[in-house]
Amino acid sequence: MTPLDVKQDFPILTQTVNNHPLVYLDSAATAQKPQMVIDAIETYYKYDNANVHRGVHTLGQRATDAYEGARETVQQFINAPHSKEIIFTRGTTQAINIVARSYSEKFIQPGDEIVLTPMEHHSNLLPWQQVAKRTGALLKFIPLEKDGTLSETAVKQTITDKTKLVAITHVSNVLGTINPIKEITTYAHEMGAVVLVDGAQAVPHMKVDVQALDCDFYAFSGHKMCGPTGIGVLYGKKQWLNQMDPVEYGGEMIDFVELTDATWKELPWKFEGGTPIIAGAVGLQAAIKYLENIGLDKITAHEKMLTDYAMEQLKQLDGVDIYGPTERCGLITFNLKDVHPHDTATVLDSYGVAVRAGHHCCQPLMKWLNVTATARASFYLYNTIEDVDRFIDGLKQAKEFFGDVF
Amino acid sequence: MSFNNLDTLYRQVIMDHYKNPRNKGTLNEGLTLEMNNPTCGDRIQLHFIIEGEVVIDAKFEGEGCSISLASASMMTQVVKGKSVEEALKLSQYFSNMMLGKETDSDDLELGDIEALQGVQKFPARIKCATLAWKAMEKAIDQEDEM
Ligand SMILES: Cc1ncc(COP(=O)(O)O)c(C=O)c1O
Repeated sequence: MTPLDVKQDFPILTQTVNNHPLVYLDSAATAQKPQMVIDAIETYYKYDNANVHRGVHTLGQRATDAYEGARETVQQFINAPHSKEIIFTRGTTQAINIVARSYSEKFIQPGDEIVLTPMEHHSNLLPWQQVAKRTGALLKFIPLEKDGTLSETAVKQTITDKTKLVAITHVSNVLGTINPIKEITTYAHEMGAVVLVDGAQAVPHMKVDVQALDCDFYAFSGHKMCGPTGIGVLYGKKQWLNQMDPVEYGGEMIDFVELTDATWKELPWKFEGGTPIIAGAVGLQAAIKYLENIGLDKITAHEKMLTDYAMEQLKQLDGVDIYGPTERCGLITFNLKDVHPHDTATVLDSYGVAVRAGHHCCQPLMKWLNVTATARASFYLYNTIEDVDRFIDGLKQAKEFFGDVF
Repeated sequence: MSFNNLDTLYRQVIMDHYKNPRNKGTLNEGLTLEMNNPTCGDRIQLHFIIEGEVVIDAKFEGEGCSISLASASMMTQVVKGKSVEEALKLSQYFSNMMLGKETDSDDLELGDIEALQGVQKFPARIKCATLAWKAMEKAIDQEDEM
């Protein structure tokens, strides 16, 4: 395949950092934005800005069309059956919290089991801890295999007829593991449980079809897929969303209001209290169009090429621990022997190479890996083979620099 | 490529404290305080014996980067034998140094801590350097309450 060549679409990537051309390898934390997305937001504010679903003036209509148009773009992008099953949120975290609040209130009883994995981001762990405390449900965790994957046996031993809900990440932001969501939803449904998927690390990098996965809820964030911060999506099957109560009450989501009581709108608006994230939705729509124009399959292949190349290079360095399975998404979590990841990241930064160091919002997973922190390089469509070379060079410098110390 | 930029951060003294930490270990008496940096998972455990307003002994254990561990080593070294008041003054001095504020060292005996001056140019690492000092202040606070 020919590698993608799109770096020039991203103005931020043309700068130098610490006197070196920037190499951005932290897209798993947040992705950079192409000019097209920045332009879409600017155009919206310059020409169309107004509040939505209110008043009758022209701009109000344009803003409403833009916002609802974005919803349809998202619906088609993840192949949801209905646009009313697309709820705009602040991000993955808020999307998961809505389900944890609202679905649990209706459907979770004391003694019910909620199944998670030890590789969940704090965003898909803490909300369920609170549900367990509030409802008296129990949390169970599907044990990981040594390489950080889930085996069919482990899945089937943990999900039982007591399980009411399975909340699981599609792709691990630390290990890069791609979980077998389709198999899990099939089995969970046989056991009578619903499945929420945290798609924050999947949607930016691969074609996701919520009908093919047959998940009940799917959450993701705009900012990790070239869109702006502050916008995300909760997809939910309408059979569940219809039965769930709103989480936030206020303007915009109402039907009739009296002094002591009110009724609210139908889906999706009943979950979108207050003035919605209009410019965010417009930006997300532009990001989706940008990604689709390039092609999700090409993006997946490009990242795989970069990851394979980086792995090969890393294996030629001594004293590098790599975490996670062979079959993985476009990120590599690692540690240099005897060098703390903070120090690794600082050395890389001094060469203009941005990687993440820390616990990546996965403290229980760090414990499982038996480390306090790790470094992580994550790739996206704008990265190149030269970026990987710069990264590897930086690591050699770090090893040399700290090698002198020990 | 030159290491110039990095050399202002990773001074030799710092590397020496990282490699050969002073006062590493535990104490059977006195007080123990654990502090972590929630953004990165670094963790430090301080053991202090304070008698008659004087820090008689100080030790630390922990997991962290070169900056946080070197800083803990330097801190324990410099506050040992000092009065509580002096220890707190040193902490204030250190925190000003991290903020890049000029302050008078007022005859304070600084030990090696000035080697960490370069950290101020690496804002992302200031929290690493101040972790041990924050723990020390908290330990003294606790002692006061006892
Ligand atoms: C797997 C995973 N889940 C959830 C989140 C949370 O996303 P956000 O902070 O956009 O709500 C992230 C991103 O940090 C993530 O990587």
